[in-house]
Amino acid sequence: MTWALDATLCAMILAVALATVLGRGVFRAIVFFVVYGLLLALAWVRLDAVDVALAEAAIGAGLTGVLFLAAFGRLARSGADAEPPPGRVNIAAALASAALTGALVWAWVALPLPGRPGPELAEALPRAGVENPVTAVLLNFRAWDTLLESVVLLAALVGLWMLARDEAWTEPLGLPQHVRPGGVMASFGRILPPVGVLVGAYVVYVGADRPGGAFQGGTVLAAVGIVAALAGLVRPPRVTRRAWRAALVAGPAVFLAAGLGGAALGAGFLTLPERIAGSAIFAIEIALALSIAVTLAFLVIGPPETGLEDQ
Amino acid sequence: MTDLATHVFTGLGVLFFLAGSVGFLRFPDIFSRLHALTKADNLGLGFIALGVAFQAGSWRQVALLALIWALVLLAAGTVSQLVARHALRERDGR
Repeated sequence: MTWALDATLCAMILAVALATVLGRGVFRAIVFFVVYGLLLALAWVRLDAVDVALAEAAIGAGLTGVLFLAAFGRLARSGADAEPPPGRVNIAAALASAALTGALVWAWVALPLPGRPGPELAEALPRAGVENPVTAVLLNFRAWDTLLESVVLLAALVGLWMLARDEAWTEPLGLPQHVRPGGVMASFGRILPPVGVLVGAYVVYVGADRPGGAFQGGTVLAAVGIVAALAGLVRPPRVTRRAWRAALVAGPAVFLAAGLGGAALGAGFLTLPERIAGSAIFAIEIALALSIAVTLAFLVIGPPETGLEDQ
Repeated sequence: MTDLATHVFTGLGVLFFLAGSVGFLRFPDIFSRLHALTKADNLGLGFIALGVAFQAGSWRQVALLALIWALVLLAAGTVSQLVARHALRERDGR
């Protein structure tokens, strides 16, 4: 029976992917994209890759979908053409996607199949400081990649903030939200955050031993902040607030400090000696989750705006 | 006995989902379609969660299933209200 489930899942993923690309209307494409991400997360669960499934559901489907929706709303507000002209195929985009797909297929065929993480990982894991092999790879054995990823997120936010107008720089982030007092959105914004904070903190905390971690948990925490802002319960801060800037760089900063600590103890930069690996990874996870949550929430909320610049 | 309960309740849940989907496809306007989705699907999910709960190995898993159902109820109810309000405003020309 499980093969029927898997076959149905594969067929649905392909169908939804086609609907995303070929369907009419940008809004419809975004909705299908989110559904595609959720189905993909189910597929990762079926492949026993729960860490990837969590990341796909939280970041791939949830956060990216919200970013697309925000961009769509912004285009519509500014009066720009959100919809492509009907009946025209964007040849350049089609060629680029086809080339990328071709390159990926080539890589898949040409590269040797990676073996299951073998005896090396099993041998090294007891010295990693954590029990979840995914976390051990992300924050210890391949810490470089994760450090750079966290810096890339920060760079993306800096790039977004560069779009702000000079006169808006001291304003709060994003546009003011208009919510009916006592309406459904206001009460949703009050009920969800306590549960969301609990789930997000748990996912971060449990990442050391079981699927979860800073990226997945941080995204859940970011979603809590976005919901609270959308419900008008909290006003997004100003760029100039130092405490929030500190929250943005806390993750990369603690990560770098741990890396330098490894060097000072003679193990080498970003190599965590077994003695401190567990606590170092825990500190990095907490700081990273904070930074990821704030960065992602700010990315969705958008650059500072005066709210007066609609033509 | 627990297997029978699982079969009965998940079967009921699937029936409700089927009814909700038929309503979603057949009902004439957005408000009745939302009605079909939120009422039938939320009940269907509740039955499926109940059916799966009979297979749970611990009370913790049962509580998690109940929490998932409650969160989906909350999200679906809120979103359908927001969609309906938006549709109402569009219809009345704001």
